[in-house]
Amino acid sequence: MVQQLPALLIIVPLLTALVVAMASWISPRLCLPLTFSGLALSLAASIGVLMEVIAHGPVTYTMGGWNAPMGIVYVIDYLSSPILVVITSVAILNLISARKSVEESFPGKTGAFYSLYILFTTGMIGIVATGDAFNLYVLLEIAALTGYSLIGLGNDRAPLASLNYLFIGTIGASFYLLGVGYLYIATGTLNMADLARFMPQMADNSMVLFAFIICMTGLFIKMALFPMHGWLPNAYSFSSTAATGVIAPLTTKVMIYAMIRVGLYVFTPAYIFNTLHMSKAIVWVAIAAIVMGSLLALAQKSLLKMLTYIIVAEVGYMVGGFFLGNRMGITGATLHIINDAAMTLCLFMAAGAISYKLKDDSFASMKGLFRKMPVTMIGFGAGALAVIGIPPTCGFFSKWYLITGGMEAGQYGFVAALLFSSLVNAVLFFRIFEIAHFEPFADPHDHHHHGHSETVNEAPLSMVVPLLVVAAALIVLGIYSGDIVTKIIQSAIPAGIV
Amino acid sequence: MENLIHMIGAKFNYIAYIILMMIGLYALIAKNNLVKKIIGMSIFQTSIILFYVSTAYKTGKAIPIVEHGHGAHSVIHATDYINPLPHVLMLTAIVVSVATLGVALALAIKVYRQYGTLEEDDINSQIRIQAGK
Repeated sequence: MVQQLPALLIIVPLLTALVVAMASWISPRLCLPLTFSGLALSLAASIGVLMEVIAHGPVTYTMGGWNAPMGIVYVIDYLSSPILVVITSVAILNLISARKSVEESFPGKTGAFYSLYILFTTGMIGIVATGDAFNLYVLLEIAALTGYSLIGLGNDRAPLASLNYLFIGTIGASFYLLGVGYLYIATGTLNMADLARFMPQMADNSMVLFAFIICMTGLFIKMALFPMHGWLPNAYSFSSTAATGVIAPLTTKVMIYAMIRVGLYVFTPAYIFNTLHMSKAIVWVAIAAIVMGSLLALAQKSLLKMLTYIIVAEVGYMVGGFFLGNRMGITGATLHIINDAAMTLCLFMAAGAISYKLKDDSFASMKGLFRKMPVTMIGFGAGALAVIGIPPTCGFFSKWYLITGGMEAGQYGFVAALLFSSLVNAVLFFRIFEIAHFEPFADPHDHHHHGHSETVNEAPLSMVVPLLVVAAALIVLGIYSGDIVTKIIQSAIPAGIV
Repeated sequence: MENLIHMIGAKFNYIAYIILMMIGLYALIAKNNLVKKIIGMSIFQTSIILFYVSTAYKTGKAIPIVEHGHGAHSVIHATDYINPLPHVLMLTAIVVSVATLGVALALAIKVYRQYGTLEEDDINSQIRIQAGK
């Protein structure tokens, strides 16, 4: 049974997507329970694999019994197993939280929404689990295409934003594909482990250099690293909160996982950190991403737009952390994938609950919200503290590793950018706390009599409970971050990196 | 000069794919009409398919179909056949690009129904007017 878990992890949600699409013709009411059970099974499988990896080391699954260099293998090791648990739990928590707003936003289309939702999760799981460079491209496109559709389902400016995202996303994925093509010409293999085996003798091969540049550029576009971030804010803020609740925490983080996977296990650290002299330049790009993301967030007047620019800054944290090239930096980047997914989920779920109740997400409409929606705002506050990086929330610990890594590498610009971004985040969130706590409530639907209207109250239980679970998880992740690092992440980083 | 001609002759497939790719990229960035952008995106993806397939070619070798492959008539040398793997990979990539095209056109229809036009300038000015209200 345990040997089959990596396959179940991806087969179960894939088939569930089909079943959900068919069940929606019979009765739309079947869709949610089916989606939920599919994701629950996937979550159970991912936890099972994580336990197996911690106990006995990496698990390799050969699809259809075709062995490694020829066939496609799924490799679940110390790097991928925690991310798998993150993906499946984010998907399931957001599913519970999104139920009400899905029924309200997409009447008659709930089947399509749930089917796309679970297919998106399948793509994400696949990207993380696969051990084949070309297979990664296919799953990247599965996740991306379903993501475009989920965003395009929204109203107003969502279809246009989604179309622009599609253009940019396709360029990114095609660049990655092109890079894989050059790697294939140079080595004759597509299996990641096999590619890494050829790397030492390829150190001065110009095709491999081109492959590295073009693969990384493709992934940078897909993860919205600063100068290439243009698609992200519109796509995430105009779509329905039910869709962004899963897309925003996962897409950028899984792309960063793909960068780390391709960097450490295909091009190998010896090649990217010692042979090439690019990592310093990429850290500077990441610094620009952090500073500009923070400044642009400061300029926004609505909650969702502000959160999207915080994501742009957070991408800079992780890219910079990875390209510091030392153990601390890479540990910080990997830990931050987990933590940032949880923080972003928390904030977007709270924003979803707020805009579900207010039908608006501008700062002006949030006046007095602490009194009206106290539990939602507590959840939001926990997410905000984690993003700022206040202990004992998880955001503090990954930032600590990143800053230590920056010091060790002598990249003081990166350290300064991290501190600057933390300060800006503090300003951003305390501004919201001030509006929501001290200013009197103004009902957005009722402009005639200001004061204590009773139309806005606490969000439904199905939104509040998952939000509080995530808020608690932020603290639990923070408290156990030492264990996560020593038991899992330290083993994920190749021994050559100090 | 002779070197240059020789280089172009030997590597014309790479030059062709780069030219196609740049045409696609130009259309994606510079064109105002959304459907023209979608066409540019398709050209861009096709250029990569061309690149993969052209790398499989070996001058003067047979197509990779082996008759009576299971009988032990003669030894089969991989070098006598062109490489079939890039073609197989590109079958998947074609499926992906068709799916992308489908999603893009569906979104374009949705945009058209909303704004009554596919010209980006017009759409943007409509958005600005709405935001100004």
